[in-house]
Amino acid sequence: MSAATTERTPSRTRTRRRRWIAEVGWKYVFAAAIIFFAVFPLVYILSASLNPKGSLAGSSELFSTVSLENYTALSDTYYWTWVANTLIIGVTASIGAVLMGAAAAYAFSRFRFTGRRVGLTTLLLVQMFPQALAFVAIFLMLLAIGEVVPALGLNSKISLICIYLAGALGTNTFLMYGFFNTIPMEIDESAKIDGASHAQIFWRLIFPLVVPILAVVGLLAFVAAFGDYIISRIVLVSEDNWTLAVGMYQWVSNQLSSRWGLFAAGAIIAAIPVLVIFFALQRYIVGGLTAGAVKG
Amino acid sequence: MTLQERTEQQQRPDPDARESHARSWRGPGWGFIVKLVLMALVNAFGLMVIFSAIGSESWLIAGVMIALLVIADVVYFTKKALPLKYLLPGLSFLLIFQVFIFVYTGYIAFTNYGSGHAGTKEQAVNAALIQGERRVEDSPTYPLSVVRGFGGELGFAVVDGDGDVQVGTETQPLEQVEDAEIGSTGAPTEVAGWTVVPRTEVLTDPAIQEDVVALRVPVSDDPNDGSVRTRDGTTGSIYLSTLVWDEAADTITDTETGTVYHATDRGSFVSEDGERLPAGWYVNVGFDNFARLFTDPALAGALLSVTAWTFAFAILSVAISFGLGLLFALVYNDPRVRGRRFLRTLFILPYAFPAFMAALLFRGMFNAEFGIINDLFFFGADINWLGDPWLARGAVLFVNIWLSYPYWFLVCTGALQSLPADTLEAASIDGAGRSRQFRAIVLPLLLVSTGPLLISSFAFSFNNFTVIYMFNNGGPGIPGAPYALGATDILISAIYDIAGVSQGAADFGLASALSIIVFIVVGVISALAFRQTRKLEEF
Repeated sequence: MSAATTERTPSRTRTRRRRWIAEVGWKYVFAAAIIFFAVFPLVYILSASLNPKGSLAGSSELFSTVSLENYTALSDTYYWTWVANTLIIGVTASIGAVLMGAAAAYAFSRFRFTGRRVGLTTLLLVQMFPQALAFVAIFLMLLAIGEVVPALGLNSKISLICIYLAGALGTNTFLMYGFFNTIPMEIDESAKIDGASHAQIFWRLIFPLVVPILAVVGLLAFVAAFGDYIISRIVLVSEDNWTLAVGMYQWVSNQLSSRWGLFAAGAIIAAIPVLVIFFALQRYIVGGLTAGAVKG
Repeated sequence: MTLQERTEQQQRPDPDARESHARSWRGPGWGFIVKLVLMALVNAFGLMVIFSAIGSESWLIAGVMIALLVIADVVYFTKKALPLKYLLPGLSFLLIFQVFIFVYTGYIAFTNYGSGHAGTKEQAVNAALIQGERRVEDSPTYPLSVVRGFGGELGFAVVDGDGDVQVGTETQPLEQVEDAEIGSTGAPTEVAGWTVVPRTEVLTDPAIQEDVVALRVPVSDDPNDGSVRTRDGTTGSIYLSTLVWDEAADTITDTETGTVYHATDRGSFVSEDGERLPAGWYVNVGFDNFARLFTDPALAGALLSVTAWTFAFAILSVAISFGLGLLFALVYNDPRVRGRRFLRTLFILPYAFPAFMAALLFRGMFNAEFGIINDLFFFGADINWLGDPWLARGAVLFVNIWLSYPYWFLVCTGALQSLPADTLEAASIDGAGRSRQFRAIVLPLLLVSTGPLLISSFAFSFNNFTVIYMFNNGGPGIPGAPYALGATDILISAIYDIAGVSQGAADFGLASALSIIVFIVVGVISALAFRQTRKLEEF
């Protein structure tokens, strides 16, 4: 920055450099420390995933051996089934959350009807209580439903999706409600005069205008489904139905039989798309986060 | 409710129709057709659930389903309730999977539902009698064939003393079949409505053998009549329970020892000298579960420590990660630092890494014997990070901070950049130094804009089951604490331990009572947040 130009005296250059170090230079050193703190675990897991030993012991020497053995070994496990399950559950839940939340937000934002205020207040109250706290009731309820409709009982992806849909509905509706309110009513009214029905206004006019918030809600719903452990653990019983969170916990929870190498490889594969999506949509996510949601 | 219900919102009525679509047909608008198809699916699914619920006598499920189906048809085929067309799908999910489960939690909290008290009284009697079943000595044996029903379930076809063939399965008591043929061995070879499993298959397939030996077919609806079982797959004999159920006296008598077990109002059969049959049923126990939470010395002590740690964990997580995030944001909100975009991207990497994987990763890294943290940073010292209560608490806090400081870095960077530049300039012209500017202007403004986020982040950490459980299962265990409660357990993971859904003795009633208390705590915290943000004023 302050590289001395020839006409300046050496002493002046020195004070300038000292000042630069005191005000700016140390920030690079500090940044290096933060980056070490932030990135070291990620570098370590990358190294462990390439270490063919497959156990925790001996994976401390970073990149001592490099092989793709762990990655190829994943196909002998349920890993890819779990990835598919996670994607099915996450994508369905996020599409459903977007459609249901948008419809509810549209109704609250565009129609004036009796019970609107009460409805909004109730929604606000209900969404304060985390669904995960009621997992015992969820378990027993699915047990009872399963006796009537086995496809909606325990060990069913559909019932897990239903639970996720309801769990995020309050927050999602509120995020969207705020956004829908920023779109002027005049647009609807002019369309109505031109003969558009409420359905056409919703699908053709409003939907394209609210895409940013739809993306945020869809992404948050996916992240929440991806990261959930407690509910998926009690709902999904058989190994071929597990999601990544349930399955990968099983891999490393037992110290004696832990499959560390597999876990590391699986984590890298699962994390890379998440990282890519996160940084591609960073702008939206940060906006959505500051609107009231936290990491799931 | 199911997928169909969720996609319901796709059907939309035709434009400017005055009448209901159910009554007027103005050409095939595609929206109307989509609506018709979806509603047909919803109705088909609903009717299926209703019939199946009535068949299995689940009146609550049948009632709820009928109500929902009627409402759905009224809403989507009349023009009366326009807003409901948009609200109904979400509303029905919310009522079943959110509101109902909260109410149900409240109900369970007042029962002793759990292992040993898992069903109705009728089921408990059946279970007790089955456990007491013995083969009747010198009882006759009957020729028997293994049969398979349409659903693949195994059953027995037995030739009784009169030469008639009777068929039954585990859930369906023996019943006479008219159309059956008896082969040369004396056992049935063909039974109408059932497939007879060939004897060779029964004798050679170990999987079937195991099922056959375990199978018991009740003789009749009355559990006192006993059941038919087989040891070899070719002959069956009657097994009778040594216990006898007397419905009028509400007792179970052991015919071998003569012990009489009385039904108690706590949902168990107990003998005079206090011996208890393992099978029980669930009953309403009033406030007992709540009383136990506060008065059972071992449990109350452990829960107190869990509660204190829950608050400490949530407050420290938010405070430290907010502090770090703010510090980094202040330091790097400086145009003189080059490559800030690059630095920022690296700083927030932990945030983009899935939380549960991070917790599992640190679980390995903090391992005392093989973990890299001891190996690399403590020169191979044997520090028992996960086994010592305070070290484990510190470690899990570290993990949570690693996960959440990037969030605050992002939030604070955004907030700093939107601070009014003229106010800061005025302050510096008035001679305020940097620390004065920070204390008097930057921090107050920042807290106003991040306050609601701080509260919701606190509420999130308060229930952050994933990090706690994935990192160390809430351990190390508190010495003497019941239900394997541990030093890093927070309230929600304590509920998980007590409920015992994954392993161990289940106590759903106690777990639900604790859930109710946590609901109240969360409700109070949320109410504070509510007042803070005054969201209500917006509508």
